[in-house]
Amino acid sequence: MSERFFPDSMPPPLADTTTLPWWQAAAEHRLVVQRCTSCEHTRLPPAPVCPECRSADSDWKEVSGRGEVYTYTIVHRPIAAGQELPYVIAVIALEGAGGVRIISNLVDVNPDEIEIGSPVELVWEDMSADLAIPRFRPMGR
Amino acid sequence: MSRPRAHIVGVGESRYTRWGKIGDVTEHALACQAIQRAVADAGLSMDDVDGLASFAEDRNEAVFLAAELGLPALRFGNMVWMPGGGGGCAAISNAAMAVETGQAAVVVVYRSLCQGQFFRFGTGGMNAAAPADPEPPKLQQAKSLMLASIGFSMPYGLLMAAAAYALPTRRHMHLYGTTSEQLGMLAVTFREHASRNPRAVMGGRPMTLEDHQASPMIADPHRLFDCCLESDGACAVVVTTEERARDLAKRPVEILASEQGAPKGYAFGPFSNANIADELYATGGCEEMAGRLWSKAGLGPSDVDVAQLYEHFTGCVLMQLEDYGFCKRGEGGPFIESGALAWKGGSLPTNTHGGSLSEAYIHGLNHVVEGVRSLRGESTSPVDNAEVCLVTSAACVPSSAILLGRR
Ligand SMILES: [Zn+2]
Repeated sequence: MSERFFPDSMPPPLADTTTLPWWQAAAEHRLVVQRCTSCEHTRLPPAPVCPECRSADSDWKEVSGRGEVYTYTIVHRPIAAGQELPYVIAVIALEGAGGVRIISNLVDVNPDEIEIGSPVELVWEDMSADLAIPRFRPMGR
Repeated sequence: MSRPRAHIVGVGESRYTRWGKIGDVTEHALACQAIQRAVADAGLSMDDVDGLASFAEDRNEAVFLAAELGLPALRFGNMVWMPGGGGGCAAISNAAMAVETGQAAVVVVYRSLCQGQFFRFGTGGMNAAAPADPEPPKLQQAKSLMLASIGFSMPYGLLMAAAAYALPTRRHMHLYGTTSEQLGMLAVTFREHASRNPRAVMGGRPMTLEDHQASPMIADPHRLFDCCLESDGACAVVVTTEERARDLAKRPVEILASEQGAPKGYAFGPFSNANIADELYATGGCEEMAGRLWSKAGLGPSDVDVAQLYEHFTGCVLMQLEDYGFCKRGEGGPFIESGALAWKGGSLPTNTHGGSLSEAYIHGLNHVVEGVRSLRGESTSPVDNAEVCLVTSAACVPSSAILLGRR
């Protein structure tokens, strides 16, 4: 059995040249959001143009990895063979990210205790030397 | 000078079954059957048809269907870019634009689904057994914008529609106190409507609120009976000009207004729009489009006699009721609880065919078919003297809607 959050039969994530720097930062355990260098608007997923000022110039801002649950769902059906159920998908509002939210999972959590607004913190799952996935757990676990 | 008005003059469908039950005919053969029935319903011949329109990455390309059906000439072949079920009404809208501008005279909008012959949507790695000695997962190159976008949902298991649409619905519950029972009442109401509809896949299967509450949890708060069916079947809708519509077989239905689109940042809906504006998140995303629809038609929610609202999931109907102004934001739950959507005694009889929850899941084009029937007096749950019908496509994704009027 896999020690990973999802079984090995899950397809690997995909990146293009726009999103690759985000994945490279993740592999170094840095959670970043893309920041427009013209108007400071932050965005995720990465995109070639700022949707606010339409500038193509951007850099990467590292965030703390703390945040709060914005919404969630507890999934009771497997999407990969041999998967542990249920699992929790959540949208996390990231602290210090200019309002950016990220889709992720809640781990180490009792599904009955999840509440919108509750604080969470980042935990990395290393998939291989070049790939890490950010997931979140209740703060202080 | 008033603009020419497009009308719907024919509707038709194949048999509807549960998922995977139609294996003896191909999906495109079923599309041909539905198109032929809709054209016959209009009192037209295939020789009159010069346009075909569809949506949601239709596998049944218009160019092939035009050849198979012997169209004398294909003057308009059109595909909508709104994802999945969001584009059904937009396909009607595009057909209307084609006939109103003279690009074509008779356009048939069609949808055929035999998903059992293909793959199951949202299953991810489900069908792949894990290899005995797997390679460590590595980042792969995304060869399309869609695949790069999926890189921000798939690693978290967000592949299944029931999970994606649960996200805005759960937040709606948090903000407004919406309950699972209120969602359940909506499903029970549509099942009751299906009980009179011989086409309905679930017509012979009554459902109570207790049945809904006892149905297994799929992706909280979605229980099994909050989710649309998965069906095999096809349906089609014939659109032509007012002039042409006058002397055909059935009472024509006027397309009073049509709109399509998405709010800022909406992308592919809850699979990819975690960063839309906070005030948009727990909505169906249709409020601005609904405003355009009402003003184009010179009508408002109180003018609607009957509604056919796309339901991939119960919560997405609830949020549409608010988006289209049938009740205030946050009051969709109590509105459903009041019995407003019921055929008998409801102020807004909705999904009189049973909808995708109980008739069949044909990506909501069957809602357009029912909208036409409800204004012709042909519905199996008829609404007396109905003059205006709202038909919508999938909410919580880029969407579309049409207002139909009885002539
Ligand atoms: Zn900017």
